[in-house]
Amino acid sequence: MMIETTGLRKSFKTRAGTVEAVRGVDLGVDKGEIFGFLGPNGAGKTTTLRMLATLIEPDGGNATIAGVNLRTRPGDVRRRIGYVAQGGSTWDEVTAREELVLQSRLYGVAKPEAQRQAARAIEAFQLSDFADRKCKTYSGGQRRRVDMALGIIHQPQVVFLDEPTTGLDPQSRAHMWGEVRRLRDEGMTVFLTTHYLEEADALCDRISIMDGGLIVAEGTAEELKQEISGDVVTLGLTADVADKARTLLDVESYTRRSEMAEHGVRLFVDAGATSIPHMLRSLDGVGIEPTSIELHRPSLDDVFLAKTGRSLRES
Amino acid sequence: MKLARDTWLLFQRQFMLVLRNPVWLIVGIIQPLYYLFLFGPLLKPALRPALQAQGTPDPSSGDVYRFFVPGVLVQLAIFGTFFVGFALISELRAGVIERTRVTPVSRLAMLLGRSLRDVVTLLFQCALITVLAIPLGLTANLGNVLLAFALLGLIALMLSSLSYATALKLRSEDALAPLLNTVGIPILLLSGILLPLQYAKGWLQHVAQFNPFSWATDGARALFAGDPSNPNVWKALVILGGLTVLSIYWAARSFAKSVR
Repeated sequence: MMIETTGLRKSFKTRAGTVEAVRGVDLGVDKGEIFGFLGPNGAGKTTTLRMLATLIEPDGGNATIAGVNLRTRPGDVRRRIGYVAQGGSTWDEVTAREELVLQSRLYGVAKPEAQRQAARAIEAFQLSDFADRKCKTYSGGQRRRVDMALGIIHQPQVVFLDEPTTGLDPQSRAHMWGEVRRLRDEGMTVFLTTHYLEEADALCDRISIMDGGLIVAEGTAEELKQEISGDVVTLGLTADVADKARTLLDVESYTRRSEMAEHGVRLFVDAGATSIPHMLRSLDGVGIEPTSIELHRPSLDDVFLAKTGRSLRES
Repeated sequence: MKLARDTWLLFQRQFMLVLRNPVWLIVGIIQPLYYLFLFGPLLKPALRPALQAQGTPDPSSGDVYRFFVPGVLVQLAIFGTFFVGFALISELRAGVIERTRVTPVSRLAMLLGRSLRDVVTLLFQCALITVLAIPLGLTANLGNVLLAFALLGLIALMLSSLSYATALKLRSEDALAPLLNTVGIPILLLSGILLPLQYAKGWLQHVAQFNPFSWATDGARALFAGDPSNPNVWKALVILGGLTVLSIYWAARSFAKSVR
């Protein structure tokens, strides 16, 4: 286990009262995996990450990172981890190369070696086109790559990435995913937060779904989807008949659960292929004709919905 | 050893930032020059009675500037370092504070690297102003001036630490600006920098006794006047030294704990 936490808690005092941001998080992350924290904004992902990265002190609970106790030896944890914040980490008037050299030296490395490390990072993250320009001239994607290079310049065992692709265009995002996978393949353990379902699904080896300061589900993307067995059928319906159709189909024996979707009704059923003809017959009986029918395997959003009663896309 | 190395690394970076954007450094030099050239001549006749009361029957230009220049320098030390917290707030926003806090770098070095940069820039400005006052008639003993600069350095170290600690606590320019102004103006007025506090009523003089910068002003003036054995000198050094240690302690803790 590279990261192990038990009962991690944190609350903040605000003018409106006390906010329990993290209400007891237990998790385990294996060496060399990409572990994703999926959840809406305000779920407590970033707070958990910041506690593990020694930036804020937990109110309660315990954590061990790379074999070191977070509560009693935060200084030793810092030598073993890297952290890449969501909102950037560079001075405007300084170049990426200068930043990388300083960052390396802050870990106690002598200047010539720090310069070599910076040059290696510039090559590995493909920063050479702009590494000697001031950081204020960079694009969002370039900036993020520099932030990432800074976070891992000292070859940490664990790296924490807070929303590594938020705000990036699709091309930069794909590039970023490539970088994250490369780090894992080099043996690093990657712990990231995201509110993108596709990212959790495609990039992460294992996922924890977080909501309201608690972990509500954990496993590989496949395991999580299998937890809600069966299929999802989405019927496209006009607004005036959607309610009626839902009431009608909700009581059928093949329906496990139903909900209103954006332009119709979503049904969680045991087997889509056999239940669709029944649905159509029932609807035909009351004179309703769906505009579309869609059958799909449950997505992570369906998992989130099943666990929290809300859709991640909406929250 | 680690503390010294970390401090040096962060000091170098902070100094590089000043040199790449020297606007504030230049503003910091020009403002006291205004006082020296535009306000000093005005003050000359006004200060005569005060200096006569202090036992200088016929004050020369030198006497006036030996009184006036240390005041301008103390003012520069106060206002040149009191507002450094603003830069820290933009650093917080840029994420560089977080990035440094995740590294094993010493938290005290995070403060000292910045505060010592402030001390060095201040002393550079002070040296420039002192030299420019010489053609106006200022003469003073070099050793005494250097001791006065040590006093100015303590002011800078103390106030920049306080400013950084306050900035870490408030985390917003909107909250920091009114607070610093509210505290800064009375400190300045009650330090006897512009006009000597002899003119003040009894109760006001009493209040000013609790202003450490009033001691600093008196101490610096005694040094420029060539009177290092004046008790105001050691009192100022002791008072400011003690307060500086307390401020550094508080600010370094803020860097270690800085939440959110």
